[in-house]
Amino acid sequence: MSTITNLWTSLVTWWTALSADVQHLIIVFAEIVGVMMVVIVCVAFLTLLERKIIGWMQVRIGPNQIRIFGLPFLKGVAQPFADVIKLLLKEVLLPAKADKVVFLLAPLIALTTALATWAVVPFSPAFVLADVDAGLLYILALTSLGVYGIILAGWASNSKYAMLGAMRSAAQIVAYEIAMGFALVGVLMAAGSLNLSDIVRAQSGSLLTWNMVLLFPLMVIYFISGIAETNRAPFDVVEGESEIVAGFHVEYSGASFATLFALPEYANMILVATLAAVLFMGGWLSPFQGILADSSPFAQPSFAWLFVKICWFLFCFLWFRATFPRYRYDQIMRLGWKVFIPLTLVWILVECAMVSMRIGPWSHFG
Amino acid sequence: MPSVRNIAKTLLLGELLQGLAVTFKYMWKPKFTVHYPEERAPQSVRYRGLHALRRYQNGEERCIACKLCEAVCPALAITIESDVSPDGTRRTTRYDIDLFKCIFCGFCEEACPVDAIVETRIHEYHMENRGENIMSKDKLLAVGERYEAMIAADRAADAPYR
Repeated sequence: MSTITNLWTSLVTWWTALSADVQHLIIVFAEIVGVMMVVIVCVAFLTLLERKIIGWMQVRIGPNQIRIFGLPFLKGVAQPFADVIKLLLKEVLLPAKADKVVFLLAPLIALTTALATWAVVPFSPAFVLADVDAGLLYILALTSLGVYGIILAGWASNSKYAMLGAMRSAAQIVAYEIAMGFALVGVLMAAGSLNLSDIVRAQSGSLLTWNMVLLFPLMVIYFISGIAETNRAPFDVVEGESEIVAGFHVEYSGASFATLFALPEYANMILVATLAAVLFMGGWLSPFQGILADSSPFAQPSFAWLFVKICWFLFCFLWFRATFPRYRYDQIMRLGWKVFIPLTLVWILVECAMVSMRIGPWSHFG
Repeated sequence: MPSVRNIAKTLLLGELLQGLAVTFKYMWKPKFTVHYPEERAPQSVRYRGLHALRRYQNGEERCIACKLCEAVCPALAITIESDVSPDGTRRTTRYDIDLFKCIFCGFCEEACPVDAIVETRIHEYHMENRGENIMSKDKLLAVGERYEAMIAADRAADAPYR
């Protein structure tokens, strides 16, 4: 016991001896590691949830064998750990004619951009890693950078399927980035700020002041573009296993496959869900605000509300995947360029008119 | 006018929402998956699985080397050689079934005048070495001896319908 207290006191003295800057640095670093760990664990369980929910929707059971320490309940819950161990133990194959450096670098680019985006996400009124004023721009920039991972992976593999997948992904992301950007323009007009925390605060009041009410079409378009950006079904022509085997990750295996495909894809899914919740459904705001008394615990803003909203959007991701067949490539392009971009433009125009003519909740900006 | 209605229908995602409703409904349906190694689906007595050669109750081989099964086999999976045995009867000296060629049609069983070659209900077997796919006479007889009770019961259960 005394050794533990000794250790503790020596730790405390070590801590107080550090300068304020170093202390701050350590705290920030610990926060970053914490957020990353949470995201990675969420990714692991999202893969399980995906297999379970899609299984249920197809009247199957899904993974039900791997148990935590062989306990007789919660069958299948340990499946992600088994998957991770399997992927990490497998051999990383390098194709003979691949560009080896880029081939191994591409997964890291995809992973870095997918994780770096979490810096500006406001988790609760008090907790955000970096309260940047241009948070929305930062997110747009990083999510478009993520496509470099896919393109480089496809190019460096030196395989026709990977190349085709990469080119499809580039075209698709260019098309949907624009619609997504326009949808976000609507949000930032409503909030008058690019800071994500400010965007959430601008929605406070009640359920009816959330952006999803007046900007509902933009929310739908944002979420669908988000699905296209993360290359999820029904926009997964990038992988298109029926046409181009597995697209950009056809040559990857083992740990490089896990870091290229599984982690960034699912991290980006969670990110798109989080952003949809933050931008359109009031982030950490309570849905009972303005209905219950302000002193009620259910009316308080907290991370729990954000979590519920994220879960809803993630469920939608899985739900869509279980429901819709894959879009044909030219239909995807048509939807992106000829439907979403005009629709968002029209809605932005309507919003502009409302703001400048001082109609609706945004009259204070006019 | 119909085109306007169509555009409105597309933009409101009506059909997509219908599809989502269907999958959502099915998510709660009871699942009819059979948990295979622990549970098994019922099996017919006519199941055509691994082959076996039967013997009479006194231990005598049923097979009389008539080679009808070899003749009828559409996949040419059966190879038979015969000779006169020490007791003066005609017997097979070689009776091979190549399980890789066999299509489990059951014609050999139908053709056999003495019910010697049969297909049992065994469907869980595997090979670990090259060449194990050839079921020799010894192996076929061993299967027959081991599962004789089941084979006889299955034939008896199916007899009224033949």
